[in-house]
Amino acid sequence: MPEISRDEVAHLADLARIDLSDAELDQIAPQLSVILESIASINEVASDDIPPTSHALPLTNVFRDDVVVPGLTAEQALAMAPESEQQRFSVPRILGEE
Amino acid sequence: MSTDTLLSFEESLEKFDPAMGLEVHVELNTNTKMFCGCPAVFGGEPNTQVCPTCLGLPGAMPAVNAKAVESAMRIGLALNCEIAEWCRFARKNYFYPDMPKNFQTSQYDEPIAFEGYLDVELESGEIVRIDIERAHMEEDTGKSLHVGGATGRIHGADHSLVDYNRAGIPLIEIVTKPIMGSREKAPEIAKAYVAQLRELIVALGVSDARMDQGSIRADVNLSLAPIGTGELGTRTETKNVNSLRSVERAVRYEMQRHAAILSAGDAILQETRHWHEDTGITTSGRPKSDADDYRYFPEPDLVPVAPSREWVEELKGTLPELPREKRARLQKDWGFSDLEMRDTIGAGAFGLVEETIAAGAAPQAARKWWLSELARRANDTGTDIAELGVTPADVAAVQALVDAGSLNDKLARQVFDGLVAGEGTPEEIVAARGLAIVSDEGALGSAVDKAIAENPDVAEKIRDGKVAAAGALIGAVMKEMRGQADAGRVRELILEKLT
Amino acid sequence: MTDYLLSSATELVAALEAGETTSVELTTLFLDRIAAVDGAVNAFLHVDREGALAQATASDERRAAGNPASALDGVPIAVKDVLATEGLPTTCGSKMLEGWIPPYDATVVARLKQAGLPILGKTNMDEFAMGSSTEHSAYGPTHNPWDLDRIPGGSGGGSAAAVAAFEAPLAIGTDTGGSIRQPGAVTGTVGVKPTYGGVSRYGLVAMANSLDQAGPVSRTVLDSALLHEVIGGHDPHDSTSIDQPVGALVEAARQGAGGDLSGLRVGVIKELGGDGYQPGVLARFQESLDLLVAAGAEVVEVSCPSFVHALAAYYLIMPSEASSNLAKFDAMRYGLRVVPEAAENGTQPSAEDVMRASRDAGFGDEVKRRIILGTYALSSGYYDAYYGQAQKVRTLISRDFDAAFEKADVLVSPTAPTTAFKLGEKLDDPVAMYLNDLATIPANLAGVPGISLPSGLADEDGLPAGFQVLAPALADDRLYRVGAALETLLEKKWGGPLLAQAPTLDGASA
Repeated sequence: MPEISRDEVAHLADLARIDLSDAELDQIAPQLSVILESIASINEVASDDIPPTSHALPLTNVFRDDVVVPGLTAEQALAMAPESEQQRFSVPRILGEE
Repeated sequence: MSTDTLLSFEESLEKFDPAMGLEVHVELNTNTKMFCGCPAVFGGEPNTQVCPTCLGLPGAMPAVNAKAVESAMRIGLALNCEIAEWCRFARKNYFYPDMPKNFQTSQYDEPIAFEGYLDVELESGEIVRIDIERAHMEEDTGKSLHVGGATGRIHGADHSLVDYNRAGIPLIEIVTKPIMGSREKAPEIAKAYVAQLRELIVALGVSDARMDQGSIRADVNLSLAPIGTGELGTRTETKNVNSLRSVERAVRYEMQRHAAILSAGDAILQETRHWHEDTGITTSGRPKSDADDYRYFPEPDLVPVAPSREWVEELKGTLPELPREKRARLQKDWGFSDLEMRDTIGAGAFGLVEETIAAGAAPQAARKWWLSELARRANDTGTDIAELGVTPADVAAVQALVDAGSLNDKLARQVFDGLVAGEGTPEEIVAARGLAIVSDEGALGSAVDKAIAENPDVAEKIRDGKVAAAGALIGAVMKEMRGQADAGRVRELILEKLT
Repeated sequence: MTDYLLSSATELVAALEAGETTSVELTTLFLDRIAAVDGAVNAFLHVDREGALAQATASDERRAAGNPASALDGVPIAVKDVLATEGLPTTCGSKMLEGWIPPYDATVVARLKQAGLPILGKTNMDEFAMGSSTEHSAYGPTHNPWDLDRIPGGSGGGSAAAVAAFEAPLAIGTDTGGSIRQPGAVTGTVGVKPTYGGVSRYGLVAMANSLDQAGPVSRTVLDSALLHEVIGGHDPHDSTSIDQPVGALVEAARQGAGGDLSGLRVGVIKELGGDGYQPGVLARFQESLDLLVAAGAEVVEVSCPSFVHALAAYYLIMPSEASSNLAKFDAMRYGLRVVPEAAENGTQPSAEDVMRASRDAGFGDEVKRRIILGTYALSSGYYDAYYGQAQKVRTLISRDFDAAFEKADVLVSPTAPTTAFKLGEKLDDPVAMYLNDLATIPANLAGVPGISLPSGLADEDGLPAGFQVLAPALADDRLYRVGAALETLLEKKWGGPLLAQAPTLDGASA
């Protein structure tokens, strides 16, 4: 199990869009290493022939009929927005297109 | 805007082999969104077609639209795909303000349909088989309006305004396998594939299939490899290609751009490119990077989709005739020559002609109006022929008036002017513009008498048996009637009176 | 009058039915109790006096018209702040959602309203349910009513403490790895984690979707059964919800209270006990086991060898799902928005900059740790080794349960390895904190139901210990039958409910 480096934590924080301070990075990196160490055994447990379980109960094909149901008004939708304008959510400038 | 160095298309082919991959997103025309009961319709006041689920509010959960699953399977079957016995939705994690949950609920390594093909017919009549890798279900994002800055584009804007009406509308993403060996035909193949895929979607009735409104969107992956090596080079992904013509142009442009870079000994940057319809170029979007670590994992709020084989068989029974087979059948029914058929398809008017004929017009008449009159107008104004504002029903109505003798071809053209200008239905335009042929025999008779009186020498020639001279009198009568007369009837009247 | 504070919900219903009190009177009583003691306990993040009294008034009108909406109509309840309540703040214990008022009700909340239970307010919790002590709440820790210097368990420490401190007769909790049962154990209350899919998760702000389950918190087993029947059952808004009737839970509890367990096979899970468990907790567990035997049950030992990997699997699956769930908190549509200063050249911060700054400011340390851990576990290159592997361990754990339930009708263990520890004691040691959930996590991974009920006070510290009963999926009724039987036998021994021995908090200042 690789020890998790400070740089790696910084990269993960970047992926997770959290602006960790230097002090936070210093604190979290060793904590994560300890946590990862404590869960390292997981790798030795299950062999290839064990199927993964994503849900405890094996339901399939749960569908909804294609029928419109009332949703929110624009006023309700925007009520909790930090900022809105022209009945839209106002967000700071977006850097690049996805 | 950058100005890229391009190699000529011919030169690029001398040195390189292109490989393409096409990703087409089809927005389904279901009543509701993929995972909630909000209406999935185009337009609408901003943020009025939203609910806790499609706004990504804390606590809200998705529920799969059965109709969307059915449409996905029908698309898969029409593309000769296998339908998964068991598949799941997955979360594609990345941050973007128009994506309410900051993950897209999509499918990852378990698509609903996979391993299919579409046989595409080129203009030459050659059939090219495009292998389909997969078709999977996902949801659309919201739409941003970029405010401030000079261009209204994303760059330079100081903030953006987001409308989530579109967020959660069902999308089917159809991905081809790499298309190799297409050489100089690559641009045409790309266009033909998207065009014929679109036709298939229309035939299935699962989408509005309007490229101009984004209900079908194409991304073009392209790479070049040194000629003859059979390798795959570094690719770029060009997004936002929103017309058939642009698909062809974007492939051509990227081939030339890649060729110039590679010829100069430089490397292609793996990146997203944006197509600009107006300038016909691509610009750099964003480089592929670590940020593309999408951390896919199965969507824990949904259960697997496991279509029974009975359901799959039942859906097979609902598949429409394939467009290519249908074209062959209709060509025979309509009595079109190969050339006429090719021109009709080439002008993007096949469906329009079909609908016009279905609305009662004779095949040749339908073809004539769309290919001569309306194709010319579309070309003059740079509009898609389907977007002129003239419907197949309009054309059939105009032709019905011609057949009834109420309009002649010249008047009919004026009706089309009115239709393009949005003046109403053909009948309304005829009435408003006063275009109907005068079938009042009295009025016609007096106009003929007047023409004879004013042109005694011509009348004399006709009396002497020179019937061909009648043309001059007909012209005079038509002028008098301001074109609103049936030239054939005028001729008959002149000859009755003078012979 | 004050007696009603100490009454079970069942007794309150009887008093309402007999016309001895009204819902308004009861609701006022609990609201006043909250006002008196919650300054010291901090079980509530938000109290809705006006809304609760309006609901109580409506309930009294229904009852007066002879038309009560449910078996619990008029009995007030507290709701964990992780469930969306229309018009009432829902913060999940986080600064990120300070002041957020949802425009919709969670299905559980809608069912409470429909059943006529006045909602007193929203209870404190570890931020986004991440913790075992309620110390990770952005709004200060909840204090254990048994000893205000100690933790009330977590993440649902607020709901458990509110019930233990007689601030509410009933509460709703949520349990991802033990967040209903472990607080129940350390506060001397009853908590039930239903079968996964038994209670709708719609409107429950997800930590780990494949593990989360809402359930009842109460002072008696029968009260939990009554509440479970109100909130349980199929919900089309939750695709993972089970499309089957809840079952006769109240009936099972009433039957169990008769105290006869003849023919019942009770499996003691070998791996959940011994090392790491406080002697007083083990002593109370053994005592309860002996009572079950005395009531006619047969005790067998079962082994669940994969349970030793449960904690590791949990700490991969939970943070992975949580890292994705919490991505929506990005300062764009709702919640905290922190705008960093413009760059020196005057460039205004971008949406990305605002997301990063807001998420740094809005999330607490434990949440950040788990998001980073989950991001790591899902990253390309690690998925198979971590998340994928953890999902396989779930299969092994389910198989262990299947094998164990061949030999036994229910499985039992201590709920938590220790009694309540001191506030701050484990705050700097995440791994030690995680060990609190050792015995509760396997049930979440396998989706089976579990109950925790008080087994008595540990000799070392005089603090409550919990007894856990687990049953096969969809056999929630067994929890109530066995739980009610044990409760009857224990209370006979104690001469009344355990909570009667808890400090009154009368000296506590608001």
